[in-house]
Amino acid sequence: MKTDPVARLEKVSHTYGATRALDSVSLDIDSNRIIGLIGPDGVGKSSLMSLIAGVRTIQQGKVTVLGGDMASAAHRRAVGPRIAYMPQGLGRNLYPTLSVFENIDFFGRLFGSSRAERERRIAALLASTGLEAFAGRPAAKLSGGMKQKLSLCCALIHDPDLLILDEPTTGVDPLSRQQFWELIDRIRGERAGMSVMVATAYMEEAARFDGLIAMDAGRILATGTPAELRARTGTATLDEAFIALLPEEKRRGHRAVVIPPLVGGKDTEIAIEAENLTVRFGDFTAVDHVNFRIRRGEIFGFLGSNGCGKTTTMKVLTGLLPATEGTARLFGQLVDANDTEVRRRVGYMSQSFSLYSELTVRQNLDLHARLFALDPKGIPQRIEEMAARFDLTQSMDAWPDDLPLGMRQRLSLAVAMVHAPEILILDEPTSGVDPVARDAFWQILADLSRRDGVTIFVSTHFMNEAERCDRISLMHAGRVLTSDTPARIVARRKVQSLDEAFTAWLEEAVGKSPTPPAASKTPTAPEPAAAVRSSPHFDIRRLLAYARLESLELRRDPIRLTLALAGSIILMFVIGYGVNLDVENLSFAVLDRDDTGLSRDYALQIAGSRYFTEEPPVASHAELDRRMREGKLSLVIEIPPGFARDVAHGRPVEVGAWIDGAMPTRAETVRGYVQGMHAAWLTEKSRELYGRAAATGDFQLVIRYRYNPDVRSLVAIVPAIIPLLLMMIPSMLTVLSVVREKELGSIVNFYVTPTTRTEFLLGKQLPYIALAMANFLLLAAFAVFVFGVPFKGSFLTLSAAALLYVTITTAMGLVVSTFMKSQIAALFGTTLLTLIPAVQYSGLIDPVSSLQGAGAAIGRIYPATYFMTIARGTFSKGLGFEQLGGAFVPLLIAVPVLLLLGIALLKKQEA
Amino acid sequence: MRASNVLQLGIKELRGVARDPMLIALILYAFTVSIYTASRAMPETLNRAVMAIVDEDRSPVAARIIGAFYPPYFMPPALISHVEMDRRMDAGIDTFALDIPPRFQQDLLAGRSPEIQLNVDATRVSQAFTGSGYIQSIVSAEVAEFLKRYRGKTTLPVELTLRTRFNQQLNKSWFGSVTNVISMITMLSIILTGTALIREREHGTVEHLLVMPVTPAELMLSKIWSMGLIVLVASGLSLVTVVQGLLGVPIEGSIALFMAGAALQLLATTCMGIFLATLAGSMPQFGMLLMLVLIPLQILSGATTPRESMPPLIQDLMLAAPNTHFVILAQSILFRGAGIEVAWPQFAALLAIGGVFFYLSLLRFRKFLR
Repeated sequence: MKTDPVARLEKVSHTYGATRALDSVSLDIDSNRIIGLIGPDGVGKSSLMSLIAGVRTIQQGKVTVLGGDMASAAHRRAVGPRIAYMPQGLGRNLYPTLSVFENIDFFGRLFGSSRAERERRIAALLASTGLEAFAGRPAAKLSGGMKQKLSLCCALIHDPDLLILDEPTTGVDPLSRQQFWELIDRIRGERAGMSVMVATAYMEEAARFDGLIAMDAGRILATGTPAELRARTGTATLDEAFIALLPEEKRRGHRAVVIPPLVGGKDTEIAIEAENLTVRFGDFTAVDHVNFRIRRGEIFGFLGSNGCGKTTTMKVLTGLLPATEGTARLFGQLVDANDTEVRRRVGYMSQSFSLYSELTVRQNLDLHARLFALDPKGIPQRIEEMAARFDLTQSMDAWPDDLPLGMRQRLSLAVAMVHAPEILILDEPTSGVDPVARDAFWQILADLSRRDGVTIFVSTHFMNEAERCDRISLMHAGRVLTSDTPARIVARRKVQSLDEAFTAWLEEAVGKSPTPPAASKTPTAPEPAAAVRSSPHFDIRRLLAYARLESLELRRDPIRLTLALAGSIILMFVIGYGVNLDVENLSFAVLDRDDTGLSRDYALQIAGSRYFTEEPPVASHAELDRRMREGKLSLVIEIPPGFARDVAHGRPVEVGAWIDGAMPTRAETVRGYVQGMHAAWLTEKSRELYGRAAATGDFQLVIRYRYNPDVRSLVAIVPAIIPLLLMMIPSMLTVLSVVREKELGSIVNFYVTPTTRTEFLLGKQLPYIALAMANFLLLAAFAVFVFGVPFKGSFLTLSAAALLYVTITTAMGLVVSTFMKSQIAALFGTTLLTLIPAVQYSGLIDPVSSLQGAGAAIGRIYPATYFMTIARGTFSKGLGFEQLGGAFVPLLIAVPVLLLLGIALLKKQEA
Repeated sequence: MRASNVLQLGIKELRGVARDPMLIALILYAFTVSIYTASRAMPETLNRAVMAIVDEDRSPVAARIIGAFYPPYFMPPALISHVEMDRRMDAGIDTFALDIPPRFQQDLLAGRSPEIQLNVDATRVSQAFTGSGYIQSIVSAEVAEFLKRYRGKTTLPVELTLRTRFNQQLNKSWFGSVTNVISMITMLSIILTGTALIREREHGTVEHLLVMPVTPAELMLSKIWSMGLIVLVASGLSLVTVVQGLLGVPIEGSIALFMAGAALQLLATTCMGIFLATLAGSMPQFGMLLMLVLIPLQILSGATTPRESMPPLIQDLMLAAPNTHFVILAQSILFRGAGIEVAWPQFAALLAIGGVFFYLSLLRFRKFLR
């Protein structure tokens, strides 16, 4: 029975810069079937899947999915709820701080299911995946296999017609993998009509699919059922069939891995030895009394479920982690975390890819060679040697990110080998690597072990790799279950393959362990969802789902929350008390060349004021020069010789005031003070000389200091700090909340679900508006009750303005987030964009009307300016809406402008 | 400790920055456009102060007073009515409003000593004091000039000559530009080192380095010198091209000596960046910590408002911050032309603070790597 294909690609091409990922691919994907995509790394499998899922913008060609063109946004919105997409990487679309239940619940909300329905379906999904016991556990604390199952639950919550899984089992242990596929089979059994597309690197998995698509270099090599492919190539296994399908030049280097037997008896030197090795983190035992002895030149395999302690054991051996109990020895020497000598004998390749992506292949090798202190003269030669050996010669000047995964793994190994270590510790080195590249990699390992006598300690999830090891250890929950040669392990369990032996061992161990079983014995399949199809248009429920997600994440990060709230209070204290514009205690000295009663009287006038602190008098110009240059004196008064005599005779006299102009603000203030005191002294002396007539003066200038009669800095500054802090903290939080999703990958949920851009942005914004308003109330309360700044105006006005203002500042964060890719740039950009304008151009210290040039222009459009006017108006001037209405207008304009800008700039698909 | 490791790892950091065009753009922006606009925007304390005059007299002397207010100290005054005055001040349009009463000239000539009222928006503390002083002396001078024709001498012939040293025009943009260079040095060095460390941990490469014969101290030093060098070069170029060149700020002292001070400042701030990065679990947390540290550093270092007027407790606390000493050092070297014989206490203080910060962050860093 042939139905319409669920997806059809016609001449689809896709490029990233100069790299061609897909090259004019035409393809039909049959519906109601499970179709596997196989092929080496970086041949366009992921691109193909993301184009079908609608995650990426189509560059060239036509993609028809579920009866419509995926280039049309309307169609994407319409079919979005019928497609589920699970991206590559362990739990990349999950939210690590949310619990298992909350993660699934979030997806349910995005697809608009009702509460009762969500609860029912989540319960069913959890039961069938065996995750029910972990419903409350944060996703970050799950093992890799559980994460993938959770991702699958999230994908299945809305009952999709097309399920797209991009390498769902890479890096997952065999037992979990088996459970994963059983689950998929069960779901397909109950939901006929669901089409599934899977990319995988495990050929034994591919063997069970209905149809396969073999890809290479952006093209389709072959399609057909697994049996057809094997028949066509005349090979026995799919692994071999795949290699046979590859074009000639790709196959040329490939040959079956041959590992000669290990020579040497039991008496050869022991390279690695662990005795009762135990590592505890708090009350959790990661490694529990592990023992093993590995001979020189042996290839020792380490197998086990995710999170069983393999990585921890390896870290102890490399000296990265100290053992809590027991000992680890390399060549008989105790591993000491502080001893760098032993590290020279070890090469380590960690699970996460750990090359420097900012260095080229050659630079990476060079850096490591130098760090291991190889003789600088020998380094170029050594690099050439490694390049030749690991087949990297062609790509010496490429960036690691541009290399296919298999090649990157070879580079990692080359880097780990550059100093010719005697022991290699490799933590899942081939995870996600295709069969050809893996074989090439293992051939290198074999040569290293047999020819160079390098001891290799390797962990893997691939059973065919485990079979190549001299001996393997099965590990579970920190304990070694068994340790022997692969053949003997299989024989002892009386099973056919190592895979079965492994599963049997694990099932036995799981059964014995006190933790609940990973899979429930009586799975209940999820019932089909009621026909709830979420609206392709704006839906408040999706907005709230994102708002809820963001607030949950915020609540789970108490440090961020505390810093945001307590930090602003601390800053208010610091700035409020620290910024004091009443300049006092200025240092001053006198250069009195007259030294009469009158001159001393003049000097006393200044010395006696509270603004100045008198320093020892200055004797000469040279001394004046020196002391001012040292910054010891802000003001020197120079009284000329004959001062008193000239005054008495009515002859014009000049008193000199030397002011340190290095800091203009201070100098201005000094100038003002001195002029004032000089005038006061003159009036007083005039009165003494000319009598009362002179004293009244010609006119009186009455100064009324309004709004802040005591001219207290605190009153002026504290209300202005509120806008400053409400600018920086909320915008920083929102910008990072979006950019973080981009960097960590969960943004893909926005791409694949029917969530609109408005829903996404507003949903992200709402919790931060709420947080910022809480912050505002806290700051206002502190200003009034702790700082004692009188509040004279309308609090309602201030609160309304604050609400508008924080909407603007959070929206600013959203706008910035749309064009920032990395958190570093986001952090830096936001600091530049908020700190400087808010401190300098918004009237905090200098009124905006006095600014000039670009600064003035920025100040006039910057929202902080207007909120500062409102804050000061309500706090100090006793004003309300009527008087401050004008300042609301720019704020009211800014809200829609920024939101629309953010929505317009946000992309709903990847490039 | 091997110097070659420190060198190699530092070169790696430099290559990393070179590969990030956005970061380079931001660094360039920070040290050129940002400094230029910020300095150009900065008014003198009394620059273009906005005032309005309510002229209820409309006499020659009133006209004289009105004509005496002009840029750069004052914006040409707006002539307004009594009713408008309150509204304009409430809206924050005018900082000063001078009210010349009816029959002012008449009363003046009759020797009745009339009152002029000056309203000051005292929430703008920075202009309130100096501005009223200026207005008082301007009005007095005009009135005195006017009366000179009618009356004899009643004042003493003592004149006050003000000589401002080091920055005769009290051009605030001179000081502002240097202050901005200092803020950028602080901000950039903390961000660059801190984020470099967090990124290295998020990408798992720190762990990778530690299985090699590299010590935490080498790792830390490599980040300090490389990021410090970037900021030092950028700030030096900015000082010569933007501050001296474009903004035309005369620099009296030795730029080399200032750069030596900047290097010490960078030692302290890069260590701070590392310290903060070890405290923060993630970038958002680092962002919050950054705000918590940068704002007080910028506002309380004496660059924004004079140190003398801060409460003694804050003055003392801020002695532990490198910026305080660096601001003093920058003022004395760049404007007062001071040499090392004058500025050595600041150098010593920066060195001591840098040393302590280095030690503390190394302790934290070692713990963080565990």
